[in-house]
Amino acid sequence: MSFIWLRTWHLGVKSLLLHPLRSLLTVLGIFIGVASVVWLLAIGEGISRKAQEQIEGLGATNIIIRSIKPPEESIENAGSSRSIVPYGVTRADFDRLITTIPTIDRALPIREVRYRFGYLGRNTEGRLVGCTPEYAEVNQLEVARGRFLSDTDDHEKWNHCVLAAGTAEKLFPFEDPIGQAIRIEQAFYLVVGVMRDRTPTAGIGGSLTAQEFNNDVYIPINTFWSRIGDLIITRRTGSREGELVELSQVTLRVDKVENVLKTAALVKETLKLHHRKQDYAVTVPLELLKQAKTTRLMFIVFMGLIAAISLVVGGIGIMNIMLATVTERTREIGIRRALGAKRGDITRQFLVETVVLSVMGGATGILGGLTCRPLIGAIRGVMQRAAPEVFEQLPDVIREVTPIIVPWSIPLAFGISVTIGVIFGLYPAIRAAAMDPIEALRHE
Amino acid sequence: MIPAARMLEATKQYVMDGGTVHALRGVSLEIPTGDYVAIMGPSGSGKSTLLNLLGCLDRPTSGRLMLGDEEISGASDDRLSEIRASHIGFIFQSYNLIPQLSVLENIEVPLYYQGRIDRRQRQRSHELAELVGLGDRLKHRPTQLSGGQQQRVAIARSLINDPYFILADEPTGNLDSVTSEEILRLLNDLNEQGKTIIIVTHEPEVGKLAKRVVRLQDGLICSDKRTRK
Repeated sequence: MSFIWLRTWHLGVKSLLLHPLRSLLTVLGIFIGVASVVWLLAIGEGISRKAQEQIEGLGATNIIIRSIKPPEESIENAGSSRSIVPYGVTRADFDRLITTIPTIDRALPIREVRYRFGYLGRNTEGRLVGCTPEYAEVNQLEVARGRFLSDTDDHEKWNHCVLAAGTAEKLFPFEDPIGQAIRIEQAFYLVVGVMRDRTPTAGIGGSLTAQEFNNDVYIPINTFWSRIGDLIITRRTGSREGELVELSQVTLRVDKVENVLKTAALVKETLKLHHRKQDYAVTVPLELLKQAKTTRLMFIVFMGLIAAISLVVGGIGIMNIMLATVTERTREIGIRRALGAKRGDITRQFLVETVVLSVMGGATGILGGLTCRPLIGAIRGVMQRAAPEVFEQLPDVIREVTPIIVPWSIPLAFGISVTIGVIFGLYPAIRAAAMDPIEALRHE
Repeated sequence: MIPAARMLEATKQYVMDGGTVHALRGVSLEIPTGDYVAIMGPSGSGKSTLLNLLGCLDRPTSGRLMLGDEEISGASDDRLSEIRASHIGFIFQSYNLIPQLSVLENIEVPLYYQGRIDRRQRQRSHELAELVGLGDRLKHRPTQLSGGQQQRVAIARSLINDPYFILADEPTGNLDSVTSEEILRLLNDLNEQGKTIIIVTHEPEVGKLAKRVVRLQDGLICSDKRTRK
């Protein structure tokens, strides 16, 4: 038995080598199919892993409430265009949430606005963030020099501030910022610390946009409220814009992961009671995480479908070639039948040839699939150099994706390629075996 | 001694679009072991059909066919293949070697379908190649050989399974007269060593060399003469 198989394999390879180019092209069809299975799954996995990491970066036990400006027309309806309508999360909301929901174990109020900062003659624009001392920890900010804001700063409403790396660089290019005072609006603030450089977070969904930390100035939230207040007027060329907001964002931390969804529902319910307009958005990273997992599954199915199509195309290529081969080798089939080959022997011979083709395609396709990561890196590098403008316009997902080879995709791809070989080789092989030996011998 | 092949009132009909063709209308023939038979007749006389039946490539519509002591008439397709692999040696007009195989591999094809090749058989295929004068060409491909050499390979191949008889279909049809003579001499030698040979031909010179000439006409044997012992 094993002898017959060994001989058949040997013979199969020999017959394929009769037409090396033809065999190579057929193998190429399967190669592309298999490589694309591995590639697409790896890219899909890379994208979803990244999305998951971002969401996990927000904290699985967190609930984030942000104030958002309601649509323009509702403001105009409320009164004349000159009046400024308050919106967003209020201090009352904040107090209500922390006093009524027992599963919230920490709440972080944040008020932020774009401002100009000055020191001597130098000016820079950036984000002024009123926050509590926990802000640095929650956003993974690290102190480079000095210290971050303290409870006392907040409690005593001191004019202390901490600069982010970018702001410090712009205002104090040559001197040590610590101990100096910078001007924000009409007041001066003593610099007590400088933060390290921090890479921006990517935006997730609509409610949470990307955050850039490097041009920030941090001051205690109570100082913000008492010195700057809720109403902020920004002057643009010719017009004035105002916003009246108490809190820009509140980050709630829930005590246990199991309680997150229940707490989120309660938070939404509480806010709904006191807001007539949808001027806030609640983001629950845990919910996003669950969504991301569903999306990942859909992605895999979708990618799998595309890969399956290319494999079927490869399979059709094999079938096409094998049908041609069978016709071409009719005489050989006749000779073999006359010399004692059974129908089964002929079927096996041609089936082995297709399996050899598809296994070769499968094996090389897997190797091709494994080159996914370096190759994508190389393509990215070339694009960046050749067409930087186009590259910049690509979405983050494409620019930053790092493919992750899914381990099970390799046996899967291999199994599929062999299956394709058998399925698409079966018909030509059976057709070869069904030939009448007398007719086949007479074939020219 | 059991004859190599026996045929009893064998008929063969082909059903075609235009009606039924009676290729053989009842042929009885006995071929003893060691015989050298030439089957002759004009085209359409049923030569090829008789050859196909004797070669177990086909079954008779009615009548009986026995090879050695085995009844062929009702055998299955797989059984016919087994019989061809182990008991019949074919030689064709156009040699019918397999192009991608070497001389040695071509000689061994029937063994391959018997399911095994051991050292003794490998030894035998070398001997047969020597016998037909191609001992120095074992690794050559058929395309690298002349017509006469290819036919020698085919003869070696027909002997590898030690068959009941060698069935040669116009073995010299594609060869020039000198080479034809060589091939016919080889067949004659084999017969003298005791091999049974059935040769289908329309060339009278070829028929003359046989011990016995069977003539066919319209699907029937019209004469069966023994020319020499």
